[in-house]
Amino acid sequence: MELLKMFLTFAKVGVMTFGGGMAMLPILEREIVDKNGWATAEELTDYYAIGQCTPGIIAVNTATFIGHKKHGTIGGIVTTLGVVFPSLVIITVLAGIITNFSHLAWVANAFAGIRVCVCVLILNSVIKLWKSAVKDAWGCGIFVIVLLLAVFLDVTPVIFVVLAALAGVTIKSLEARK
Amino acid sequence: MIFLRLFYEFFMTGLFSVGGGLATLPFLQKMADDTGWFTRAQLADMLAVSESTPGPIGVNMATYVGYTTGGSAGGILGSVLGAVVATLGLIAPSIIVIVIIASMLEKFGESKLVKSAFYGLRPASVALIASAGLSVALEVFVKPGIANAKLDIAKLVTFVDWRALILAAVLLILTRWVKFTKKLHPICFIGLSAAVGILFKFAGA
Repeated sequence: MELLKMFLTFAKVGVMTFGGGMAMLPILEREIVDKNGWATAEELTDYYAIGQCTPGIIAVNTATFIGHKKHGTIGGIVTTLGVVFPSLVIITVLAGIITNFSHLAWVANAFAGIRVCVCVLILNSVIKLWKSAVKDAWGCGIFVIVLLLAVFLDVTPVIFVVLAALAGVTIKSLEARK
Repeated sequence: MIFLRLFYEFFMTGLFSVGGGLATLPFLQKMADDTGWFTRAQLADMLAVSESTPGPIGVNMATYVGYTTGGSAGGILGSVLGAVVATLGLIAPSIIVIVIIASMLEKFGESKLVKSAFYGLRPASVALIASAGLSVALEVFVKPGIANAKLDIAKLVTFVDWRALILAAVLLILTRWVKFTKKLHPICFIGLSAAVGILFKFAGA
């Protein structure tokens, strides 16, 4: 029964995602962390980090993670199918009816407005996740360094994720030695 | 058998594109050149539609390409089958890889090593999300062509999209400080912004 609920919830997340996987984050926070408690904010941060380094798109990777956590392999498959289900229906219907959907004036205007909202929602998510992810001065340092490098350098996020994990291991082992 | 080939092509796309949905774009361009299923111009249209419909962009693209390709093979039934097959192909590698990683995390997640790795990783993950947000913000609040403006404050100001900035300020207040609205579902604010965008012609269209 919970599997059905997970499928429907992730389908809802899919419908409410406007833009890439990042735009999905605020919706996931509301539906998965706050409402259903299927994952914590920390876990969601972890899934996003891993999802950026593994094959496939982040939205799908995160869905698989949460489903797997609750119900193993079947859960991972169910949530992933849930998150892609609305795309299948919407694109199939739209492609059948109008080919130049995105050229419609009101669609372009609506999405220009939505993009503003997505910025604000991502900012809110960042503030919320920051509180659970950054525990001390070391964490603060990693955040600032990675943010600056990611903004100014055009390199794959995989490098940052690997280096940050190594930094975490180094810091903790230094602390243990003291 | 075009549907098997479609599944295979998207499986490979899902396996080798790392990162967001836009990471699939170079693979789709190559697919257009190699298979002749669709042209690059068609692909540009599909991208525009995928960006302006709900759902993750990568998934929307796969569905759309599958729909177009399947349709040329077998009418409307072929279209639907193509859409399903391409989408399943794209997500299959994700499911396999993530299930393996998640199982390993369950096994070793409590180990000291993994815990310290995540201690360093979490701030980095939030920073990457913030940087992605910043690049969207740059597109939204700054008009194109700012690179040509000299460091002249009076000129720079004309490149700021003030209407977008005002909407953002209002949204920020509503989502963070107004007691009655801050608990509302994010989709309410998305809907509101879409309405404002249409009403005030945000895209200038």
